Amino acid sequence: MAEPSQLSHLTESFVDSSRSPTQQAASLDKIASLVKNDVLTMEGLVREMQMYLTTTDNIVRARGILLLAEVLTCLATKPLDNATLHSLIGFFTDRLADWKALRGALVGCLALMRRKSSAGVVTSTDAKAVAESFLQNLQVQSLGQHDRKLCFELLECLLERYPNTVTPMGDELIYGICEAVDSEKDPQCLMLTFHIVEVLVQLFPDTSGPFASFAGDLFEILSCYFPIHFTHPRGEDLGIKRDDLSRALMLAFSSTPMFEPFAIPLLLEKLSSSLPSAKLDSLKYLSSCTSNYGPERMAKHARAIWLSIKDALYTSLQEPTLSFTSESLDGLVFQENEIAKEALTLLQQVIVQNNGLFLSLIVEDEDINIILNAVPSYESYSDIPLQGKLKLFAAGCILSISTKTSVACCNMIFESFFPRLMEILGLSEKKLSGDHSPKDNYLISKRLNFGALYLSVELLAACRDLIAGSTQIACKSVSTYETSYCMLHSFSNLLTKAFCSTLVTSPHDADIYFGVKGLQILATFPGDVSPVPISKFENILITFMSIITMDFKKTLLWRLALKALMNIGSFIDKNNESEKILSYMRIVVEKIVSLVSLDDVTMPFPLKLEAISGIGRSGLNYMLHIIQGFEEALFANLSEIYVHGNVKSAKVTIWLLECYSNKLLPWIHENGVFEEVLLRFPINIWKQIESCVDFSVPEKELLDAMMTAMKHAVAFCSEESQNEIIQKSYNVLSSSTSFPLKESVALTIPFQLEGLQLTQKMDNLSCRDEWILSLFASVVIAVRPQTHIPNVKVILNLFITTLLKGHVPAAQALGSIVNKFGKSSTGSEISSDCTLEEALDIIFQLKLWTHLDNGALLRCSVNGSEMGHTDLCQAVVNNKLPQILAITGLSWIGKGLLLRGHDKVKDVTMIFLECLLSNGNALPLSQHSLENSCEQDLRASVMKSAADAFRVLMSDSEVCLNRKFHAIIRPLYKQRFFSTMMPILQPLIMKSDSLLSRSMLYRAFAHIISETPLVAVLGEAKKLIPILLDCLSMLNKDAQDKDTLYSLLLVLSGILTDKDGQEAVVDNAHLVINCLTGLIAYPHMMLVRETAIQCLVAMSELPHARIYPMRIQVLQAISKALDDSRRAVRQEAVRCRQAWASIASRSLHF
Amino acid sequence: MLSNPLTNKKFLISFLFNYFDPEHPYSLEELKVITEDAIEVDDQQSYVRITFTPTVEHCSMATIIGLCLRVKLLRSLPSRYKVDIRVAPGSHASESAVNKQLNDKERVAAALENPNLVDMVDECLAPSYN
Repeated sequence: MAEPSQLSHLTESFVDSSRSPTQQAASLDKIASLVKNDVLTMEGLVREMQMYLTTTDNIVRARGILLLAEVLTCLATKPLDNATLHSLIGFFTDRLADWKALRGALVGCLALMRRKSSAGVVTSTDAKAVAESFLQNLQVQSLGQHDRKLCFELLECLLERYPNTVTPMGDELIYGICEAVDSEKDPQCLMLTFHIVEVLVQLFPDTSGPFASFAGDLFEILSCYFPIHFTHPRGEDLGIKRDDLSRALMLAFSSTPMFEPFAIPLLLEKLSSSLPSAKLDSLKYLSSCTSNYGPERMAKHARAIWLSIKDALYTSLQEPTLSFTSESLDGLVFQENEIAKEALTLLQQVIVQNNGLFLSLIVEDEDINIILNAVPSYESYSDIPLQGKLKLFAAGCILSISTKTSVACCNMIFESFFPRLMEILGLSEKKLSGDHSPKDNYLISKRLNFGALYLSVELLAACRDLIAGSTQIACKSVSTYETSYCMLHSFSNLLTKAFCSTLVTSPHDADIYFGVKGLQILATFPGDVSPVPISKFENILITFMSIITMDFKKTLLWRLALKALMNIGSFIDKNNESEKILSYMRIVVEKIVSLVSLDDVTMPFPLKLEAISGIGRSGLNYMLHIIQGFEEALFANLSEIYVHGNVKSAKVTIWLLECYSNKLLPWIHENGVFEEVLLRFPINIWKQIESCVDFSVPEKELLDAMMTAMKHAVAFCSEESQNEIIQKSYNVLSSSTSFPLKESVALTIPFQLEGLQLTQKMDNLSCRDEWILSLFASVVIAVRPQTHIPNVKVILNLFITTLLKGHVPAAQALGSIVNKFGKSSTGSEISSDCTLEEALDIIFQLKLWTHLDNGALLRCSVNGSEMGHTDLCQAVVNNKLPQILAITGLSWIGKGLLLRGHDKVKDVTMIFLECLLSNGNALPLSQHSLENSCEQDLRASVMKSAADAFRVLMSDSEVCLNRKFHAIIRPLYKQRFFSTMMPILQPLIMKSDSLLSRSMLYRAFAHIISETPLVAVLGEAKKLIPILLDCLSMLNKDAQDKDTLYSLLLVLSGILTDKDGQEAVVDNAHLVINCLTGLIAYPHMMLVRETAIQCLVAMSELPHARIYPMRIQVLQAISKALDDSRRAVRQEAVRCRQAWASIASRSLHF
Repeated sequence: MLSNPLTNKKFLISFLFNYFDPEHPYSLEELKVITEDAIEVDDQQSYVRITFTPTVEHCSMATIIGLCLRVKLLRSLPSRYKVDIRVAPGSHASESAVNKQLNDKERVAAALENPNLVDMVDECLAPSYN
């Protein structure tokens, strides 16, 4: 037993209204935990609190009762015996009459009523007492919002948990609830109210029961909320939205058929309102009510509902657009319209519920008949006036939906409309029967009527959907004896012909679209119930294929035909129709494969590729077939190039390779079952190179395309396949004579000497060797971290020496090796012959990098090769200088390290920084009597490449070291690098006294900051702004730097548009404005001018006192921009001028 | 420099057509107060001439519309332009008075010293700056 004094202390601190809410909550928790842990019994607590519960002081009593109630809420899972429960619920029931202390009583009742049966529940007699007391004592609508909510929760709880107890109360209960919910306005309470009604009506399902007499009254209370008009601002009301309320009300509306006489007229009336949301809600409610009220009750409203649906459809549709742009081939596109969608859903529902009635309404409908009668008067799409198009489309929707609903509907619609449509199209049976035998030669001379074409295609599509849907569920539910089927069957032949002739003759896009669609639908009926025999199916395919091969100049038709072929292909593939697949293979796939290998120049090659990749992607079988043909063509072309140096094939090969790596490979990978296909391509390429001993390919582009294809193919492979590929390629590499693949070469010989040897040796790298090396580098770039690279040390050496020859892929491969070294998914060390540390040692031991800064390498190369002064200058111009090449190489290695978050990246960046800082006076070159200007040029370009190395480090690369090529990327590496580099760069920039190295440091800074995520920059904005501005004005000088300048300016504009960023800018406002006004006239790039002006607009939102002094300056600068040669700039200038002019007086005298 | 006067004309029109007539909630274009034909731009001579047609002959707002047009152009065009704003011949009762008022520098300047007028002009122009 807890000490009474402690308990009374806790009680006192809860009851005392002067205490803070946190204190009160704390004492409540303590008391609850006392009872929970059996330190205090419930009885004991009540006894202790006796005085608080019974005192005549209203406030204290209210708090006391509330405390007891809250404690009970906390103890929902603690078992209590029946006697305690009985006495407690009795107490709270009595207290419901005590309106001054009502809150506690409500909370207590709720807490007790909601208990789980395992912890002891209130008996039904007690529940009945609660209900009676509730109805007798509570005037719900006179209470505050929170109390009302509690009342409704209590009611909900009573109805849901004690239905058998409250149902006998009958009239009294219903009346009480009506009274309680009447004219409720709070959204939270309304949610409860609607639910209460929903639950209540379920208790009285009997139409002659007590509820029947109240249905009208209750519906009247509900109806005034419809349609829900809810405009509360966000953030209030605990996330209740209009849709939630609307849905709750809908459930209440449709809860009982007894609401039908009141609800349906109301909904129909609101449907004719002009408010779109009311319309939409009415349609939704009608759908819901239809399914709940049942067919008998709904039947009498059928006509009214049908008229309303029709009306809603006609009025909601807007002008259609014919969209046949290159990307979307959607045909007639009507704007996505919710009202129309809901109306069609409702239509489908009512038809499902009452088949005959609604169908007869539709069939006999005057409007539809008028539309059908009007159809023959317009020949083509463009002749039809807007209203006509809308009506036609609406009719199409209605017919399509009703056809789709069921087989019976389908039959009826077909019976009543199909013959008429056929007649309009000129395909009536009379004509047919006359000359039955020569019908194959029957030619449709007349152009097809668009309206009829459209409607019949819609009907066909709906019928196809119905059949396809039903065959999936239960086979043969559509028998071949159905009327609609017979009709289709008899007309299919003529229809096919008619559609085909449309494709050939019609000059109208819309006609062509529906012609193709019609053919596609005819070809995609499921096998056993298809009205089109296999020979006709083949005819359709042949028609499409002839379009593909001949009519490539008619872009739209060609694209539509290709799309239709793809759809047909994937349909028969999915449905496993073996016979059709065979014909498809024979007619389409083989033909299209032969297109690629054929030396046919009439059809443009890119179109061939588009067709082949499209068809391939429509099914696995096709793809396998196509890939094979594709590779054959590719290798035939390649050998043509290798052996004969055929330049003409090169272009074709590049196309083939691009198609392979961009379209086919990703698809194969996604549908990934063909590991062997993925593996075959790289291995074959290596084999082919191996077998060609000497070849000369001048095309650099071809090599690039090869490398890309190789990278993609390898990247998609699994680990084992990659091992196989890399082994194969290593063999080819080592068989090549010009690569020194012996380990002894490295490390032992002092670098200077060895470097020279290598330099000389590699000078005469043959074309074949260059190919082998580049492709090998591509393989290395794309492998997974787990893949084993043979003889890593030697390969490292090879790459290092080649990168010094300016071979960038080698550098990227090095970066990739370093990045993936020794990390596997299991964490174990994989590369057995070398660890990461060793590899890094190999790389850094070659003193190459460390000597960069004092020019040793430069000297050595000058001495060694006796390079003359002019050669050196030439080398500088061509960026061929070893130092620059070394820096480029090192930057890729650095990137590899940076991505995996290795410490060594610091050393790399230090080398770059030293390069940037190196001063002219220490340069030994001067002793070699080189002219000063040349030396300066040299120095500057080395420093520039060191600065640009930071861009390589920070930017995302498409070519290597990205997720596609399995690079190990540590999260937030950019932010991390940014925050380590900034403290180093800033003081360096401050201290730097040489103009050149300062400008180069700025460059490096610009590269880093423009690639860093804005969030990281914002944190440091205050410190960075001055440097950033200097940087901008430095970059302003040279037109070559425009892209860097632009990306840096974007960072500034990012800072300016952010709230925190603006605070950072305030102190430097005048500097920023000076800089921006300078950029307004930037001559080399329009985007820079535009962004600068946008930045100025953002600046005008800073505190007036700060920016007012700059106003004149800005306005003068802007007035020049008003005369800019680009309109976008002028437009921004006007905005900017207005923004700045209006910060002070509005007068025009600036 | 603005090489193509037509470009500039379109540019101008895109600005002018967004305004509101002070008495109607429609833009001037919708009311046919200004049409594309009524704007004459000569870039070489740095000259703009606008002829607008008030909605009714006694439209009391004619001067305000003219003033709005002038302010908008003052703010949007480079300073080298000379702007001439006129009421379409025969479309307003006191045509010459309005024309005189709109093209008198002193009177325009004086009008813009009046805070009430400036407020009104700004309100009319506000939609054109979005």
